[in-house]
Amino acid sequence: MTQTIGGAAARLSRRKFMVASAAAGGGLALSFHLPFGADPVAAQGAAVGTEVNAWVVIKPDDSCVIRIARSEMGQGTLTGLAQLVAEELQCDWSKVTTESITAGQNLARQRVWGDMSTGGSRGIRGSQDYVRRGGAVARLMLMQAAANEWGVPVGELAVSDGVITHAASNRSTSYGKVAAAAAKLTAPDPKSIVLKDPKDWKIAGKPMKRLDTADKLNGSKVYAIDVRLPGMLNAAIKDCPVFGGKLKSYDESRITGLPGVRRVVKVKDSAVAVVADTWWRAKTALDALPIVWEEGENAKVSSATIAEHLKDGLTASATNGDRQNGDAPGTIAGAAKKVEAVYSTPFLAHACMEVMNATVRLSADRAEVWVASQNAEASLAALSEASGLPLAKCEVYRHDLGGGFGRRGGLQDYVHQAVAIAKEFPGTPIKLIWSREEDQAHDFYRPISQCRLAGGLDADGNLVGLQVRVSGQSINATLNPGGIVGGKDRRQLQGMWAEPGDAQFGYSVPNLLIEYAMRNTHVPVGPWRGVNTNQNGVYIECFMDELARAAGKDPLAFRRALMTKHPKHLAVLNAAAEKGDWGKPLPAGVHRGIAQFMGYGSYSAAVAEVSVSPQGKVKVHRMVLALDCGHVVNPGQVAAQVEGSVAYGLSATLYGECPVKDGRMTSLNFDSYELLRLAEMPKVETVIVPSHDFWGGVGEPTICVVAPAVLNAIYAATGKPVRSLPLKNVRLV
Amino acid sequence: MAKLNINAAIRDVEVEADTPLLWVIREQVGLTGTKYGCGVAQCGACSVHLNDEVARSCAIRVGDVKEIDRIVTIEGLSATSSHPVQKAWAALDVPQCGYCQSGQIMAAAALLRKTPQPTDADIDEVMTNICRCGTYQRVRAAVHLAARDISRT
Repeated sequence: MTQTIGGAAARLSRRKFMVASAAAGGGLALSFHLPFGADPVAAQGAAVGTEVNAWVVIKPDDSCVIRIARSEMGQGTLTGLAQLVAEELQCDWSKVTTESITAGQNLARQRVWGDMSTGGSRGIRGSQDYVRRGGAVARLMLMQAAANEWGVPVGELAVSDGVITHAASNRSTSYGKVAAAAAKLTAPDPKSIVLKDPKDWKIAGKPMKRLDTADKLNGSKVYAIDVRLPGMLNAAIKDCPVFGGKLKSYDESRITGLPGVRRVVKVKDSAVAVVADTWWRAKTALDALPIVWEEGENAKVSSATIAEHLKDGLTASATNGDRQNGDAPGTIAGAAKKVEAVYSTPFLAHACMEVMNATVRLSADRAEVWVASQNAEASLAALSEASGLPLAKCEVYRHDLGGGFGRRGGLQDYVHQAVAIAKEFPGTPIKLIWSREEDQAHDFYRPISQCRLAGGLDADGNLVGLQVRVSGQSINATLNPGGIVGGKDRRQLQGMWAEPGDAQFGYSVPNLLIEYAMRNTHVPVGPWRGVNTNQNGVYIECFMDELARAAGKDPLAFRRALMTKHPKHLAVLNAAAEKGDWGKPLPAGVHRGIAQFMGYGSYSAAVAEVSVSPQGKVKVHRMVLALDCGHVVNPGQVAAQVEGSVAYGLSATLYGECPVKDGRMTSLNFDSYELLRLAEMPKVETVIVPSHDFWGGVGEPTICVVAPAVLNAIYAATGKPVRSLPLKNVRLV
Repeated sequence: MAKLNINAAIRDVEVEADTPLLWVIREQVGLTGTKYGCGVAQCGACSVHLNDEVARSCAIRVGDVKEIDRIVTIEGLSATSSHPVQKAWAALDVPQCGYCQSGQIMAAAALLRKTPQPTDADIDEVMTNICRCGTYQRVRAAVHLAARDISRT
């Protein structure tokens, strides 16, 4: 979720545009030239509306179309961004619709819509300033047009719900009537505008209904997997099941003559695809195709060998990044009481409900892709690189995603594959769909890691020393080698950083040493909703409960004593504890656990109520989550994200693991890669901690407190700490 | 060649008998509201109604479906998204990404046809469709809301 394309739009020169994309191996820069004097792309829907500026199109009936650059994958960003534009536009919210811009349009207009990348919980916080200014600029232009028409100073006008009034002359008009004149005016400098104080918001900050629900209720929404184009063929693919292996040979004669089959295509050096008239026929033929793989040395790798490799990193002398104050090892060695533990978390697949897919049509001078993408500009870069056509001859038709969670960001591996296949069929659209098994076998997994912790308590049970060693795989090593500076990879210590603002460690420990030892494997890894806060949250927060128990202290009180210098962390912890009835009686057999952590610029805490049956079966009854994300654009959607994060986090806690055997993944469908279902969903209560002095993320921050709160409740129930996930592999009684 | 009764219309499709009903609905018939999720009847994204019962269409051979069998897909649930389940889903903003929601809605509609006033336990038992966005809390609330709507009419 960290790939970036280019820099700030404002710094881009007009005719030269650099794309540095993780899609291009994490460092390759593509440069290209826009056609000299390129005209702005004609606005979509211009025939029925007037583009006042890049963000706002007004129709004669006063309806407003708000342009959206970020991707919508369920997280509600589309509605939130529209609220922010509409707030400053001061239009009638009931007349707002949205439209998605394309990467090609953004490129042709010198990235007037800014960054299209949607990850790292940045969709709102990363664009709130310029989209609000976009709405404000449009409002000022519309009001100026009315002032010009009436020959009065604009300062005498008022506007509400898209109706402009001049009280002195008792005149009124509407946005729809003045839009054409407004569009001809010179836009004021966005930077000169004073934005509304969020306290005065009327549209933003309110629990508006989502704008994108209707077509999700009747089957009419067209996801990328649903695209149908004239003459389209379908492709099914198998990549070498052992990561890093190659395609050796296949026997096409065995499937010749099967219904609908057109051709077998070798895709790069590691995959083979069957192209047929329908996908089911392509998949059936692919399953019947004898394939020989050259699996290579990686076929010897298993979960056990990976675990040994990581174990080495727990004690290795060389590390890849650390932070420290005082002398943690010395303090712990001399402490009145010493606590030690080793934790581990597995590889996890994203398992988006919509499997990876892309539809590509190539001709000699045009490349197009229809795709679900968290970064349409990365899709554009991938399309250009794979097709060999310049970016200006490429276009991305981005569809809302059937799940993203970090899987559909910078890499765009499926776009590369679809282009490779489409090259064999010039002019014919090729829709590549992965089977669920392929999706599970070729993800960019949540990195596997282990963590060794040691803590020292003084005679009064105060934590005087803490040592943390994370050993595991690096996302940057797979996706963004440039992010590893001087051998240091701080990203893997997310949530344990010293500096405030993004993912700050919430505890002050007088003697602290936190280290990362990079131990990479042949399995590709990537960002997975919440990324490294998930694993690190488990390690720190579960160990905190082990320390509290050793100190004979209540887990909440033990934490509070370490958090006096972190008031925002503490406020959120307290809010969760209060709403979660910490310390109050519970039904027999039900126990509570608590956790707090920080990521994506927001503070999270959770209280879980859990019971463990005599057979060791875990039931999570209730979870209270507190979140301080600063400004809240849509409290209803914040609650929805928190609820969803509980489900995502609980799937990982209870079931999630991707074991490796003979160099390949073995959990290839939902029968073995189990996911949370409705019956297991606890009652979730969301507490939004009011705070209005920063912009934090929402989609990811709360996941990382779900697992530790549940594990700590289990610890309270059984008296035994759970130090490895998932729970399905742990004997609790 | 098969004759299928889908959304009250008879469709002639040219397809191998062992093709899953899901892919016939999506590819030969062209109704794409019914989704592929797993292909092994685990996730329920492909749920349709077969003679008023919810069925996972990825695990049904089209050759086993007869012309007299009535298939209803999400597109045929109501003409104007006015089924009580669809209204409840809209009222509570249930969908996030929306991909699994066709299946969730079809499962809920079948549940309410049989059990107009379901308990939480009834919902737990029947609503086994996977939602990766985690909309379960709102799904449960919306099933209850739809049940109240049905009880009033």
